[in-house]
Amino acid sequence: MIPASFDYVRPATAAEAVQALAQAGEDAKVLAGGQSLLPILRLRLAYPSTLVDLGRIDELTGVSDDGDAIVIGAMTTHDAVLHDPLVAEHAPLLAQATRTVADRQVRHLGTFGGSLAHADPAGDLPAVALALDAELRVLGESGQRSVPAREFFLDYLTTALGPAEILTSIRIPKLGAGWFCHYEKFNRVAQAWSIVGVAAVVRRSDGRIDEARIGLTNMGSTPLRARAVEQALAGAEVSVAAVTEACARAAEATTPPSDLSARADYREHLAAVLSRRAVLAAAGI
Amino acid sequence: MTAVEDRAEDRAEIGRARRRKEDRHLLTGATTWTDNLTLPGMLHLAILRSPMAHARIRSIDVAPARHRPGVVAAFSGRDFADSQGTIPCAWPVTPDMVNPGHPSLAVEQVNHVGEAVAVVAARDKASAQDALEAIEVEYEPLPVVLDMPTALAEGSDKVHPHTESNRSFVWTFESGAAGTGEPISDALASAEVTVRRRFIQQRLIPSFMEPRSTVVQPTGDGFTMWSATQIPHILRTMLALTLDVPEHKVRVVAPDVGGGFGGKLQVTPEEVITALVARRLGKPAKYTETRSESLLSAHHGRDQIQDITVTARRDGTVTGLDVHLLADMGAYLRLVSPGVPILGAFMFNAIYKFPAYRFVCEGVFTNKTPTDAYRGAGRPEATFAVERIMDELAHELGTDPLELRRKNWIRHEEFPFTTVAGLTYDSGNYEAATERALELIGWDELKREQAERRERHDPVQLGLGISTFTEMCGLAPSRVLGSLDYAAGGWENAGIRVLATGKVEVVTGASAHGQGHETAWSQIVADQLGVPFEDVEVIHGDTQSSPKGLDTYGSRSLTVGGIAVVKAAEKVVAKARRIAAHLLEASEDDLDFAGGKFTVRGVPGGGKTIQEVAFAAFTAHDLPDGIEPSLDADATFDPENFSFPHGTHLCAIEVDTETGFAKIRKYICVDDIGQVINPLIVEGQVHGGLAQGIAQALYEEAVYDSDGNLTTGTFVDYLVPSASDLPSFVTDRTTSPSTTNPLGVKGVGEAGTIASTPAVVNAVVDALRPFGVDDVQMPCTPERIWRAIAQGAEKSDRAAEGTVAYGGASTSTADGSDGDQL
Repeated sequence: MIPASFDYVRPATAAEAVQALAQAGEDAKVLAGGQSLLPILRLRLAYPSTLVDLGRIDELTGVSDDGDAIVIGAMTTHDAVLHDPLVAEHAPLLAQATRTVADRQVRHLGTFGGSLAHADPAGDLPAVALALDAELRVLGESGQRSVPAREFFLDYLTTALGPAEILTSIRIPKLGAGWFCHYEKFNRVAQAWSIVGVAAVVRRSDGRIDEARIGLTNMGSTPLRARAVEQALAGAEVSVAAVTEACARAAEATTPPSDLSARADYREHLAAVLSRRAVLAAAGI
Repeated sequence: MTAVEDRAEDRAEIGRARRRKEDRHLLTGATTWTDNLTLPGMLHLAILRSPMAHARIRSIDVAPARHRPGVVAAFSGRDFADSQGTIPCAWPVTPDMVNPGHPSLAVEQVNHVGEAVAVVAARDKASAQDALEAIEVEYEPLPVVLDMPTALAEGSDKVHPHTESNRSFVWTFESGAAGTGEPISDALASAEVTVRRRFIQQRLIPSFMEPRSTVVQPTGDGFTMWSATQIPHILRTMLALTLDVPEHKVRVVAPDVGGGFGGKLQVTPEEVITALVARRLGKPAKYTETRSESLLSAHHGRDQIQDITVTARRDGTVTGLDVHLLADMGAYLRLVSPGVPILGAFMFNAIYKFPAYRFVCEGVFTNKTPTDAYRGAGRPEATFAVERIMDELAHELGTDPLELRRKNWIRHEEFPFTTVAGLTYDSGNYEAATERALELIGWDELKREQAERRERHDPVQLGLGISTFTEMCGLAPSRVLGSLDYAAGGWENAGIRVLATGKVEVVTGASAHGQGHETAWSQIVADQLGVPFEDVEVIHGDTQSSPKGLDTYGSRSLTVGGIAVVKAAEKVVAKARRIAAHLLEASEDDLDFAGGKFTVRGVPGGGKTIQEVAFAAFTAHDLPDGIEPSLDADATFDPENFSFPHGTHLCAIEVDTETGFAKIRKYICVDDIGQVINPLIVEGQVHGGLAQGIAQALYEEAVYDSDGNLTTGTFVDYLVPSASDLPSFVTDRTTSPSTTNPLGVKGVGEAGTIASTPAVVNAVVDALRPFGVDDVQMPCTPERIWRAIAQGAEKSDRAAEGTVAYGGASTSTADGSDGDQL
């Protein structure tokens, strides 16, 4: 399991990283935690000319309070996210989903930003970012820009990041009072990828759901929002019957894959069941 | 009891739950794996493997690889066509078995994806790996043969052009003809009830922890091989024959070996290739496989289609068992490929008193990785089929599965019992093990909960599964192996050397690769010789230092190798007794030996310890006439019979009927493995065995696509469960000492794997009975369970389209329709 040879750059700042990428050209790859990239290299499924390692850039790690949001550095490891008090207080959904990512070893090396930038539709965190209306901050040669999560994931393993851009941080609006959330993951063994996952964020008051945001993992070539469910839930009674009815529409407008783990019709079925469970758990029923 | 005996009792090592003496070394990274070995001037090999399942090699050019940096040489199969011989198959199960031959490096044709086609030797591994990309191979695709029934059909494409068909052998046993029971035809003709099922034993991958690795050092006209193997002794003999090197010029060393599960019971193409390259270049060479190569090209296990027919009277008395197997050999026959399903021939009848029995097994070639031994080897397949069909028969009769078993099993007072398959079971008590298991799991309570859940249509249903198994351990009496046309015996050798200071070296031919032989053998010898446990060192795994042996597989180490140790120890004590008698000026007959000391009966005080006797033997100053100055002894033990452990395994499983997810809630096993040397080691063997058996039931499956590519080629897709996926096991034991060996031991290495698979699947099916489900194909994935519920019966194909899968659930009863028969 030896990768083909490549050049290796380890910049000290985000700006230097962008520069290095620009110089290395289109065949360069960014190395974050390496938990997806290194297996691909070792299997010789990819032959990048240069790896730009973000591992020593301090400004890309850590979680900070930004008023009505928290900001998570792209190179913050899953394990750090999992144990961060700001995340626990303001984005518990992210902590809950992160706890289900792979295994302990992977969580100590893999990064939040890396899993978003890799954009594997079976990864748990992209759907969570969608459901939390996260904003992704990107640095390129022409400076910083912000991309809402809903515009970030373009296709299978494809994002809005340009060839000489890196993801620097993720801004997640704080969930205020009245918001509740739950991540429901379905897989066959503990360390496996999601067959389907559902991230549910709901705001409830007076026995009604005022607003719901439902992110779907592995129901298409990108993470998706279950818009039909969200619409049906808005204003719905907080009851098993109402939630079940709304969540029956979870697979609408999705294009789930048929692969070794599951055929598409089974994924469609799971999406409905898991959405119901996620919303009921979030709503405290 | 005398005071001396009291002390001896206190010190008894056998039965103590000692921590394993090998673990400090194994767990702290102080190991010497083969891949850790670096010899001066050693070259590193990388192997180019076929991306095609079936193709002619139209041309192959390795020359461009030779010009890559660091590369010393590159070879294709053509470079070794005259010297590589064929990978040996030691088990020609029938006189007319077709063995197409198995080159280590393909020459004319490739027959499965992952087959070796070329090898590069370089100064470092990375250069060797890089240079593979320069090798040019032109393949001419041939039609791919994957499915066994299709492979056997008239006019099918053939895997090997020079064979008449894809059938390697047909092996038959029939109790009427063998004189071990009634004719099966009578049972079938007169049956009041007949139940038929087709069960699929999916293909599995042994997935040992340490990937295979081999280092070869040429030595004049011979060579030394270090290899991650279970079988250094067999490997030595087979390499000598394969490569035409005199056996005494070959030394094989198995250093620390990280697991095998049967997967390292092989003479591998990679071992042969490494030896060929090292000898051709006159330099030491190392090959270590990647995990991907391991999953793809190390031999696979199981892969059978089982057509099982059971006949019975209406009152539940079984009258016959008819078994027809298709066993997928893959592309070639390896060391014991054909023998694996045949080992099952003696186990399908299991613990039941079938008056008539037939077993027919066809070995089939396909364009897939060869199959061979995997933990249990033939016996898990047999146990699964009979334990599943007993549940189906109970369902058909409307009787309780446990009652049906009780009615038909061998009662404890009937041992020794000669079965319809011709084996004589030594001892057992199925009643006692079953009672204990029922008590431990709280069977009646669970039954009530199951009824309640069914009553209220709970989305989570509870299933209760039973497996009352036996197996044959301790391979094997040599004359039995002879009668089955196996090319070797089944004995084991041990030597004991008593050093001048009274410390003891035990040389064993059983080659441990994780089992804990060093601890168990030390416990046995400590008791036999009355020396401290710490004073015993166990030597194994090198044909130079432990020259005789038949290695470790088939739960044989203790029941054969351990007994050889006992026999050698008895010889040591006999020699020591003569010297002690001389030193004590007493008659040998008047000496007692206990707690490591010879004393003269009736004479208090005095005596000679075994250490004192050892020193006397070493100095040889004062020995009786005609005694050689040594206590050392060797023994070779050939068992007269197998031993037959048994047990009752019970599984309570919760099935989420909305998602199909099955989660084991409770797993209880009560095993009867005879006497126990070290309960902690036994517990470890049982836990690991259960994990692998449960993995077959719920998780693992090697899947090929329609082009013959292994699609489960990484651990992302080949799902090996971890501790978090398994319940906390509750284990207990009953003890029916074996009557076939002096320690009364039976064997435990494979018990958990053999017993657990049907317990789990029976539990899954039990949970789903209210939905009209009578089978779920293994592994019982959530999707398969969900589809089974949806369709009222398991008819789901493999989840992905285009993969090779068997759809055939087939049922027929005396008054029902015929099922698919082969």
